[in-house]
Amino acid sequence: MENFFTRYRNATVLAVVLFLQIFALAVQVKRPEDPRHPEAGSVRLIRVWVVTVITPFEKALVSSSHWVRNLWASYVDLRGVAQENREKNAEIERLKLSQAQLSEEARQARRLQVLLDFKQQSALETVAARVIGTGGSEQSRLLYLDKGSNDGIRPDMPVITPDGVVGKTREVYAGTTQVLVINDANSGLGAALEVSRLQGILRGTPAGDTVLLYVMKDEKVSPGDRLVTSGGDRVFPKGLPVGTVIEVKPGSDLFYSIRVKPAANLGRLEEVLVVTRAPHPQTDEGQAPMRASDIINSHLPNYSPKPKEEQPASNRSTPGAAPAPAGDPTPPLPQGDPR
Amino acid sequence: MREEIQVYRFSIAATVGLPLAALFLQSWIPLRLGFFSIFDLPLLVVIFFAVARRDPATGLLTGCAIGLLQDALTAQPVGLYGISKTVVGYAASSLGVRIDVENPITRGLMTVAFYLLQRLVYMAVANGMAAQDIAWRWGHDIGASLANGALAVVVFAMLDTFKQRS
Repeated sequence: MENFFTRYRNATVLAVVLFLQIFALAVQVKRPEDPRHPEAGSVRLIRVWVVTVITPFEKALVSSSHWVRNLWASYVDLRGVAQENREKNAEIERLKLSQAQLSEEARQARRLQVLLDFKQQSALETVAARVIGTGGSEQSRLLYLDKGSNDGIRPDMPVITPDGVVGKTREVYAGTTQVLVINDANSGLGAALEVSRLQGILRGTPAGDTVLLYVMKDEKVSPGDRLVTSGGDRVFPKGLPVGTVIEVKPGSDLFYSIRVKPAANLGRLEEVLVVTRAPHPQTDEGQAPMRASDIINSHLPNYSPKPKEEQPASNRSTPGAAPAPAGDPTPPLPQGDPR
Repeated sequence: MREEIQVYRFSIAATVGLPLAALFLQSWIPLRLGFFSIFDLPLLVVIFFAVARRDPATGLLTGCAIGLLQDALTAQPVGLYGISKTVVGYAASSLGVRIDVENPITRGLMTVAFYLLQRLVYMAVANGMAAQDIAWRWGHDIGASLANGALAVVVFAMLDTFKQRS
């Protein structure tokens, strides 16, 4: 027996390690999801450890990056000044250095001013946060922010910029928050075309694109149409810019395949706003939350919604699914993100 | 006569620090350079350790540990990168026993192959077990594997400085 394990030591270790991981993966996949606590126990522990180890360096690096940029600008200018030193006096040198530093500060100030203006004009309560890292994988489009539960951030809060929606908070740690970006394949939000008010679900794809789903082929949708949040997912407040339709193709079923360019520049985010409190969307009293299948069925001609009393709470696919806003002819969307 | 194969070991600081540095850079650099997410620095570290140590059991455990840490930074279930990097760690260390892996061209080609192997295993596990919908994208995946192969030549040369003869 000893000989067997000695002889096949490597293969045995491989089999055991793979089995353990596959078993652990199966347990994670099998476990019922709670939107507020998508993970529990050891898996969350691993994430907490890794985030605790990695993000302090990212925070430090991002915080110091402005200092480094100033230093670099100063260095570049100093080299230039050295060459021109014979022609220029000391006062101009000082002014140039100051200008280099000020211009970087001005750029940052302009960005923050836009953020502040938006924050002041908006009815939303927000927390400004810096983006300090990413998920580092093409399979998972995540961002890490330098603010966490200590700053009032909780899971499932919208993350936006003045340009548009970025994503929503997922895992929240004491000083760090994980954001699921709208172009992640696991992401989803209720969106509506700004003019026609046609509703659908905006999802990410594995390639990092964003597509609008569940818009019937007999509707009129054109490239250039703008999308806003519908508010039906009970995560994003109604009316925030989402993106612009860039391609409309007939899908393989009853629906269009609509590609959307996000309004926010997801590839270049430095500061974002986390919406900690939004005005509650207007709701029709007495209307029960709808399931995802109800939303899809509502596009079909023979659909009739179930009365409220017939829908047991246990059947609701998303606890936060919203009734339709008052006066809105289209039904609400379910929470888009199944996580 | 068979040429004797050199086995290397690493200090504890390098064993712990290099994977963490790779994870940190993998998370941080795409903020500034979006295209960088096609690279997989943790994979390069797994391959480097595996071929240098030339012990399949150690190689697969290294791959498992680094893969699980990488999983922890993503929104995916923990284990997808863990499983795929375990397989890569095992395969790389098994290969390291058989061929010369000090040559830059060999290193580049080996990384291209292991990147594709990782992608295949990841895709199979993600689609089969985690109900993901990840498709094989020929152009993108081949391009990414070549890019990782090119980067590996440079990164491995830098990491060689951490090697200690056993």
